Amino acid sequence: MMAYDPVVYSRILTGLTLGFHIIFATIGVGVPLMIAIAEYLGIKYKDPHYTLLARRWARGFVITVAVGVVTGTSIGLQLNLLWPSFMQIAGQAIALPLFMETFAFFFEAIFLGIYLYTWDRWKNPWIHFSISIPIIIGSTLSAFFITIVNAFMNTPQGFKLSGRTIIEIDPLVAMFNPATPTKTAHVISSAYMTSAFVLATIAALALLAGKNHVYYKKALKLTMVCGLIFSLSTAFIGDLSGKFLAEYQPEKLAAAEWHFETTTQAPLVIGGYLDKDKTIHYGLKLPFALSILAHGDPNAEVIGLNDIPVDERPPLYIHYFFDIMVGIGSLMIVLGIAYLFLVRKKRLQQGKEVPRWLLRLISFSGPLSMLAIECGWIFAEAGRQPWILRGYMKTVHGATTATNVDWMLLMFSLLYIILGFGVWNVLGRMFRTNTPEEELAIRSADGGEVR
Amino acid sequence: MSIEVVGITVLWIFLYGYLIVASIDFGAGFFSYYALITGRTNMIHTIIERYLSPVWEVTNVFLVFFMIGMVGFFPDTAYYLGTTLLIPGSIAIVLIAIRGSYYAFSNYGSKENHFYKLLYGGSGLLIPASLSIVLTISEGGFIEERGSDVVLLYGKLFTSTYAWSVVILSLVSVLYISAAFLTYYAHKAKDMRAMEVLRGFAIGWSGPTILASLLVFFSIQHHNPMHFERMLELSWMFVLSLVCFMIATYLIWNRKRLGLAFVMVMLQFALAFFGYGAAHLPYIIYPMVSIHESVTSPAMGIALIGAFIAGLCLLVPSLFLLMRLFLFNANYVQGLQKK
Repeated sequence: MMAYDPVVYSRILTGLTLGFHIIFATIGVGVPLMIAIAEYLGIKYKDPHYTLLARRWARGFVITVAVGVVTGTSIGLQLNLLWPSFMQIAGQAIALPLFMETFAFFFEAIFLGIYLYTWDRWKNPWIHFSISIPIIIGSTLSAFFITIVNAFMNTPQGFKLSGRTIIEIDPLVAMFNPATPTKTAHVISSAYMTSAFVLATIAALALLAGKNHVYYKKALKLTMVCGLIFSLSTAFIGDLSGKFLAEYQPEKLAAAEWHFETTTQAPLVIGGYLDKDKTIHYGLKLPFALSILAHGDPNAEVIGLNDIPVDERPPLYIHYFFDIMVGIGSLMIVLGIAYLFLVRKKRLQQGKEVPRWLLRLISFSGPLSMLAIECGWIFAEAGRQPWILRGYMKTVHGATTATNVDWMLLMFSLLYIILGFGVWNVLGRMFRTNTPEEELAIRSADGGEVR
Repeated sequence: MSIEVVGITVLWIFLYGYLIVASIDFGAGFFSYYALITGRTNMIHTIIERYLSPVWEVTNVFLVFFMIGMVGFFPDTAYYLGTTLLIPGSIAIVLIAIRGSYYAFSNYGSKENHFYKLLYGGSGLLIPASLSIVLTISEGGFIEERGSDVVLLYGKLFTSTYAWSVVILSLVSVLYISAAFLTYYAHKAKDMRAMEVLRGFAIGWSGPTILASLLVFFSIQHHNPMHFERMLELSWMFVLSLVCFMIATYLIWNRKRLGLAFVMVMLQFALAFFGYGAAHLPYIIYPMVSIHESVTSPAMGIALIGAFIAGLCLLVPSLFLLMRLFLFNANYVQGLQKK
C-alpha cells in the first residue's frame, strides 16, 4: 500500500468522476441535437419512422441525463471538497462561467421536463419540436461555459497575483482567454460527433442482428451522415487546437509529440516507444508534419521539450493518448466516407445491401468515439501537469489536506460501478421489451395517424 | 446595498428554494415508500408520480447553484467548508446520486421495484440530515485551525445537542412541507382519498415541526449565545412564522383553501429561515468567515449579479411555463392528458 497522499488520491478521484461524467455529459450535449433533427425530419416529411426515432432516443436519453445530472452534481461539489485551495483562487477569477453553467443547465432541465411529457399535447407538432431548441441551446451552452473554466486553467488571464490574494480581476478577460475558442469548439463538436456514432452503433447492431426494418436503415443513414459532418468539423477544429498549443502551451504539444529539440521542419511521430535516453524506437515519422500541424508551414520552427524547465514538463505518456484520439478521429472520417460510398443510389438500386463488414465496423464507432473523448481529456489534463492553473498554481498546492480521501475514492468507485450497471440494465430492458416494430404497429393502428 | 449583502441574499434565496423543492421531493419519496409497505400504494402513488416526473431534475440545480454561488461570491468559504466537509459532503453526494438515478431508473426504465423504492425513500431522509451538518458547522465551535490546516471535530459534532436538534428539525420539516404540498396537489387532482391520507400526514407532522423548531431555538441559546441574542432582536419574524404555521394548520385541519395553506407553510419557513440567516450575519462560518472580509472582488461581484439577473430573466418565464403546463394545468394534474 502506498503512503497516504491526499494529492494523489484527489487526482485519482477527480479523474474517476470526470472520466465517468464525461460519458454522460457527451451524450447529454450531443443527443438532444440528434433527437431534434430526427423530429424535424419526421414532421417535415411526415415520416413516422423519424418521429419514432426521436421518441425512442428521447426515452433512452432521460436515463443518461439522470446519471449526467447526478455525476455533474458530484463533480460540482467535489471540486470544492478536493481542491479547496484551487477553488479559493479560481472562485475569484473564473466563478462567472461556472455560475452561468448552472443557469444554462437549469434552463435545459426545465425544457427537458416539458419536452418529455408533451409529445401529444399540441395539435401542431411544430410546437413540440420548438421545445427541443432551448434544450439544445441549454446543453450546448453548459458545455461551452464549463469548458471555459478548463480553458482558463490552461491559459489563465484577467487577474494579477500578489501573494495568495488575487487582484485586478476582469471576469470577461478571464473567460475569453486564448484557449477558449478552440477548446470549447472542440469539446462541443466532438460531443455531437460521438453522440451521432453512439446512435449509429445502436442502429448497426440491430441490422447485424438481422432486423431488416427500414426504420433501422433510416436511423443508420441519419446518424452516419451527421457523424461524418461532425467528425470533419472536429478534425478541422482539432487542427486549430494544435496551432493554439504551439503558440500558448508549447510544452503540451512537445510532450504529446515527443519533440525534444527545437527545430524547423519538425517531423510528426506516431506511436513508437522511448528508451531511457529518450530515443524514439519504431515510431512512424511523418516529415514536416509537426511543423504543419503547429504553424501551417512545413518550414516553421516548433519549440522542443528541452527548452522547457525540467520541473514544468508534462508527462511523456500523453503521446499515446494524443495518438489514440487522433487515430480514432481519422478512422471515423474514413468510416463515414466508406459508408456513404457504399450506400450510394446506384448501388442500392442494384439491390445491394450495406455489407456486413461495414456494419460490424460501424457497430464499434460509438464506443471508439467515446474512447477518443476519454483519451482527449486525459491528454488535455495530464498535459497541463504539473500545473493546475498554468503558471500560477501547481496541482500539489491546490489539493485538500484532509485525511480519508482514499476511503472516499473507494466509496465513489463503488457508486460509479453501481450506476454504470444500473444504466446498462435499465437501457437494455427498456429497448428489448418494446421494439420499434411493435411500437410502429401500435401507433399506426391507433387512429390511423402515425405520429 | 453592498455586494456582499446582495450576494448572501441571493444565495440564501437559493438555499430557501432548495429547502422547499427538495423537501417536497424527499418527503414524497418517503411517503411513497411508506405507502408501499403499508399497502396504500394506489392511493397516493399516482399523485406523487405525476408531480415529480417533470420536475425532479430541477431540484438538484438549486443546490449546485448555492454551492457555485458561494464559491463565486465568498471564495474563502469554499476553502473552509471544502476542507472540513469532505466526508459528510461526499456521503451527501453519493446519496443524492443514488436517489436521482434510481428515481429515473424505476420511473422510466422498469416495473415497480421494492429495493429502488427503499433507496429512494431512505435517501430522502438521510440527505437532509447530512446536509444539515453545514448549518450546524456554521454556528462555530466545530472547526479548528491547526497550523495551515482546518479540521472538523467529529467528536464534538456527534455529542452536540445542537447538532442533533438541527438534524431532527430537518427531518420533520421535510415531511411536514412535503405533506402540506401534496395535500394541496391531491386536492387539485380531485383525488379525495389521497388528499385525506396526505392531510393526515400533514397534521401529524405539524406538531413535531414546531417542537423541533423550539428545540433548535433553545439549543442555539446554549451553543452560540450571541447568535441567539441577535435572533431575539428579530423575534417579530419568528412570531410571524408561528402565526403562519397556525393559519396553515387551521386551514389544513378544516380542509379549506389548501393552496393558501401551503403558501402559509412556505411563509412560515421563509420567515424563520431568513430570520435565522439575518441573525447569523455578518458571519458565514462563525467566527472565521464573515461576509465583509471574504467577499470576492467588486468586478467579479458585479459580473455575478449581472449574470444572475440575466439568468433570472431567462429562468422565471421558463419555470412559469413549466408550472403552467404541469403544476397548474387541471387536465394534467387530474391525469386526463395523454403523456
